[in-house]
Amino acid sequence: MSLNNTNSTQFEYDGAYIGQYGGQFVPQILVPALEQLEGAFESAIKDEDFLAELNELLNHYAGRPTPLTECQTFGRTENCRIFLKREDLLHGGAHKTNQVLAQALLAKRMGKTRVIAETGAGQHGVATALACALLGLKATVYMGKKDCDRQAPNVFRMRLMGAEVIPVDNGSASLKDAINEALRDWASSYDDTHYLLGTAAGPHPFPKMVKRFQQVIGEEAKKQMLEQTGQLPDAVIACVGGGSNAIGIFADFIKEEQVKLIGVEPAGHGLDSDAHGATLLKGTEGIIHGSRTHILQTKEGQIRESHSVSAGLDYPAVGPEHVHLMTSGRAEYVGITDDEALQAFQDLSHAEGIIPALESSHALAYAKKLSQQADKPTVLLVNLSGRGDKDLSHVMAILDEANATKDSNGEA
Amino acid sequence: MSVSMRYQNMFETVSANNHLAYIPFVIVGDPNPELSIQIIDKLVESGADGLELGLAFSDPVADGPVIQQATLRPLANQFTIESGLNLIGQIREKYPELPIGLLTYANLVFAQGIETFLNKCRNVGIDSVLVADCPVKESRLFAKTAKDCGIQLVFIAPPDASDDTLQQIAQNSQGYTYVLSRKGITGTEVAASKAKTDFLQKLRQYNSPPLVQGFGISEPQHVFDAANAGVDGIITGSAIVNLINQHYNNPQIMLEQIGDYVRSIAEAAHTDHGSVA
Repeated sequence: MSLNNTNSTQFEYDGAYIGQYGGQFVPQILVPALEQLEGAFESAIKDEDFLAELNELLNHYAGRPTPLTECQTFGRTENCRIFLKREDLLHGGAHKTNQVLAQALLAKRMGKTRVIAETGAGQHGVATALACALLGLKATVYMGKKDCDRQAPNVFRMRLMGAEVIPVDNGSASLKDAINEALRDWASSYDDTHYLLGTAAGPHPFPKMVKRFQQVIGEEAKKQMLEQTGQLPDAVIACVGGGSNAIGIFADFIKEEQVKLIGVEPAGHGLDSDAHGATLLKGTEGIIHGSRTHILQTKEGQIRESHSVSAGLDYPAVGPEHVHLMTSGRAEYVGITDDEALQAFQDLSHAEGIIPALESSHALAYAKKLSQQADKPTVLLVNLSGRGDKDLSHVMAILDEANATKDSNGEA
Repeated sequence: MSVSMRYQNMFETVSANNHLAYIPFVIVGDPNPELSIQIIDKLVESGADGLELGLAFSDPVADGPVIQQATLRPLANQFTIESGLNLIGQIREKYPELPIGLLTYANLVFAQGIETFLNKCRNVGIDSVLVADCPVKESRLFAKTAKDCGIQLVFIAPPDASDDTLQQIAQNSQGYTYVLSRKGITGTEVAASKAKTDFLQKLRQYNSPPLVQGFGISEPQHVFDAANAGVDGIITGSAIVNLINQHYNNPQIMLEQIGDYVRSIAEAAHTDHGSVA
């Protein structure tokens, strides 16, 4: 792979920016809260006591390291082997727990007693609820009304662990509106409240901090690949909504130029339709939720609604570092439709006895496509970012409806 | 291009009488273009010294429920930024000396090109632009272009900002500085707090343009409190927008109530508050 103007700092943050993306575009009132957080973050990651406490939680509470599993039949061809990084086995059911534990520790370090969070699929909300229960923090989770309906089990999980869940009925009633509500809350509550943002997007320092606390995924996976195969993967594949699981598994491979990095965006009903969440492939540059990044928007700059069958990818913006990785040519981004993701959801369950999250199913679907095209020995690493238990009733309803349509068409 | 003199002239007149400047806020184009013009006429004839006009944005993170409702209403009604700016052009023709500020969000300025957008603002007669989600530390994205286009950039000063930040705000804000009476988002649910005055003194020390207080001001008493705190003007937004939210289906009642309300605030503002500073 050839990179434009490669140098050692090209993929590092310069202040609040990575390349020309990022920044701190928030109401002035929130700047002191972000500066306090930045200071606490930068000092914590140099503090061995903090890192030891975090590692203790990651290893003995959350269940790190997570295994690397080679697929026995899924996507297996003469030339291709697929390895899954099993973040689905992390406590909480998804990679979200990694960085939530870290931010919750940071919140305590800053003397905050309350945590607010947004959630899409509910996985970040669940991770926030469990971390707050564990560490004695009060949790309030904002969740789009539409998402509350399609991810009902996660709403119950959060409440069971003591979090207050507030359904958000504004705008598109999904993830972006939940972020808006959390930012509004924070504008008056930051004295005692930490905003625990769930993805590698939003204002600085969130994209940098979430990456730092998710990069454990890629560090472990790299070591495990070398142990189990004696080589680095040819490509690392992850789904991208806001982009935290992808940046987490990419981070330690960015400097390995021979390893392809592939982010899979939700193509919904198709990239040429109006109903998708492919912000990198189809969006344009803009400023939302504190960050200069790519956005699905109208020509005049109104934010458009995104669509994905998976609530966790249903977001009309994306973390700024992914835009930088794309425009610099270091990473490639592709789309997978709702139908393709649903097929991969069933395929992996059937082939391997692993039910993946609908979000991760996007990455799996693309890996399978690649495996079918492989004309030389190829090793693929896929981030299985979460498990699919939360999606069961949603997928059941979709498949029932599809079968009903098929039956009625058959009879006609 | 040089900036307009409208704010400077207005503040000179107002302060010569020891009055406060009263700048009401509404969303332009709300509830529809025709009524929006009638509402703005009503604001001016009832005593407004200037206007702060909000440009409807799909994701107004700095706004509470009252202004969110008003900002989403025109958007659901085929409102475009282009039509909103043209409407401001009509207002400008009617009131050639009235200071007109635009309150918007960063993405609306950025999306069609910063220069294109700010030139359009200048061409329809807008004096100042306040970007609600652009703190002074990110101002360099817009500052040079604004200067070239002759648009004054207004920044917000929160009560608990550091001295450094207050100095940057004082030095970068043009036309006026929007000072917050409290933390949080727009709305009248939480009233202005009257205790904080030290940050106002600091802003003056740093040679800030006139100080205009907003967020949580809804009653004449808040205006007197603001005068005592030593500001030069006040903004009311949610209180007026709330009347629009309640009565937009009955324009006559809506306009009457807006007129009564704006007169009550203007009367308080246009009292001799004695000389401050």
